[in-house]
Amino acid sequence: MEKTLGDKRAILILLGPALLVYTLIMLVPIVWSLGYTVMDGNPIVGFQFNGFDNFVKFFGDPAAWEAVGFTLRYALVLTVLQVGIGFLLALLYVFWLRKASGLIRTIVFFPVVLPTVAVALLFQRLFEAAPTTGPVNALLNSFGLESVDWFGTPDASFWIVILMDLWRSMGFYAVLLYAGLVDIPDELLESARLDGASGWKLIRSIVLPLSLPVLLSSLIFSINGTLKVFDTVVALTNGGPGNATTPLTVYMFETSFTYGEYGYGSTVALMLTILCLLFTVFIFRSTRRDLTKG
Amino acid sequence: MTSATALTEDLRTVAVSSPREPRRRRGARDFFARLPMRLIIAILLVVEIYPMLWMFLGSFKTQSEFLSEPFWALPASWSLDNYVEVFTTGGFGQYILNSVIAVFPSLFCILLFGVAAGFALEVLVWKGRGTVLLLFLAGIMVPAQMILLPLFTMYFRTGLTGSLWPLILTYIATGLPLTVFMMATFFRSVPREIFEAATLDGASMLRAFWSVGIPLVRNAIFTVGLVQFFFIWNDLLIALTFTTSSDLRTIQVGLLNFTGQYGAVQYGPTFAAIAVNVFGTLALYLFLNQQVMKGLTAGSVKG
Repeated sequence: MEKTLGDKRAILILLGPALLVYTLIMLVPIVWSLGYTVMDGNPIVGFQFNGFDNFVKFFGDPAAWEAVGFTLRYALVLTVLQVGIGFLLALLYVFWLRKASGLIRTIVFFPVVLPTVAVALLFQRLFEAAPTTGPVNALLNSFGLESVDWFGTPDASFWIVILMDLWRSMGFYAVLLYAGLVDIPDELLESARLDGASGWKLIRSIVLPLSLPVLLSSLIFSINGTLKVFDTVVALTNGGPGNATTPLTVYMFETSFTYGEYGYGSTVALMLTILCLLFTVFIFRSTRRDLTKG
Repeated sequence: MTSATALTEDLRTVAVSSPREPRRRRGARDFFARLPMRLIIAILLVVEIYPMLWMFLGSFKTQSEFLSEPFWALPASWSLDNYVEVFTTGGFGQYILNSVIAVFPSLFCILLFGVAAGFALEVLVWKGRGTVLLLFLAGIMVPAQMILLPLFTMYFRTGLTGSLWPLILTYIATGLPLTVFMMATFFRSVPREIFEAATLDGASMLRAFWSVGIPLVRNAIFTVGLVQFFFIWNDLLIALTFTTSSDLRTIQVGLLNFTGQYGAVQYGPTFAAIAVNVFGTLALYLFLNQQVMKGLTAGSVKG
């Protein structure tokens, strides 16, 4: 039987196609990209070895640092907000709506499945200041406030990117955290209630510590995803105004495809990968949960 | 929440409220106590649903209605002119076709290869399978930016640029890590005895895969397929990179370029284009929301 379970031909046929495609289109390019980081040029004009010039350039490039700054700021702010609001929503589902939460859960979750480009175009209209006044600015006006030019200033456009992604993702994190909250044994909550804990105290001393593992993994998933933000920015602000909302992903895309600097583009990509890896190592360290065991 | 906690909750309310208090006053107090939470839920629902509703209504409005009427005005007529414009001037028919051609073959290959690999890595016994699984797992973490440039060179040299092949191949490769990982997890939950029994009955491992393995994880395959569909259908980065001419655009790239086509923003057609773009995934979610929610949260490692 061991022989049948270890049948070499079956392994080859079953694993072969996946491993072949994966190796050719993921693994080889990753190594190849590492090679590009010490080169200058692009496929049209050819490549030249230039040592560590790209890295030197990266560390002295203000635009690159601005991109790193935006990426980190965006990832941290959005992570805190989407996991925080997600957690509040999950508490709402579990402790307030209880069994009736199904429909609300489904409705708040739905923006996750919408194409980012569509949502971004919609948000451009929702937050429009001129020539027409979009609903958000109209609402501000009705409270006697001035219209905000959401896409004109660096600060406002940072928040519009955050707001849009928050709208899209809070329902997702709410469901993720909800799954963790319903796992808390009822007896525990019950006895805490009998001991007089209720409301905020119950949440702080019972619910929060018990949902810490799932909260922590949500934080890490979130930061890993938000570091790679691309679609939202490209479709909503296209990195503007100026470079104010340009993350590393978009900066890499611009240097590579607009300016044809493949070597430098690969270096930026490598920096992004290192950033993601640092946070991934953090996953395994802090959750101490074996991800391969689901 | 089970009924047990609901019961304690009830007991608590009964214990707290004095028995002599008239019922009507308690009802009124309850109403005001619940008001803030009800308000929060109402605001939440408006925030989630209104943008979609506004977009849908807007897709029937004319340009002058947008410029002169307030945003809450209903469309003057339910004419489909904007939608016609999306498909004629906008060329969305071609974009949707391109998306379908790129997405479904990729999806089929991802599932076939991914399920087979998950089976080979989890059910079959051989040296080094742990390492190969880790190798696939690594692919989840690496950002796609890392592979774009070499792939661009590869497709350029092999002459695949100018067709939809770069999209299909890249989608398969980037979809595999998560699929293999999820399928391996699902196969792990199947008792090994089932496959051992199949081999004792004389089935080869390939036979065991087709006739025992696949039927056992059928639901899982469906869930993973849904998740991958959303990832690929909504992809912008890969489509944007390898779309070298306008007639190769997928629906996402097409929509991204839609507003620029006329100079000034054409509100009605833009809204209609968004509606067309959103329709597919929204319809799918309407029917399969429970599976979609389960699948997407299970695939959250991808970030």
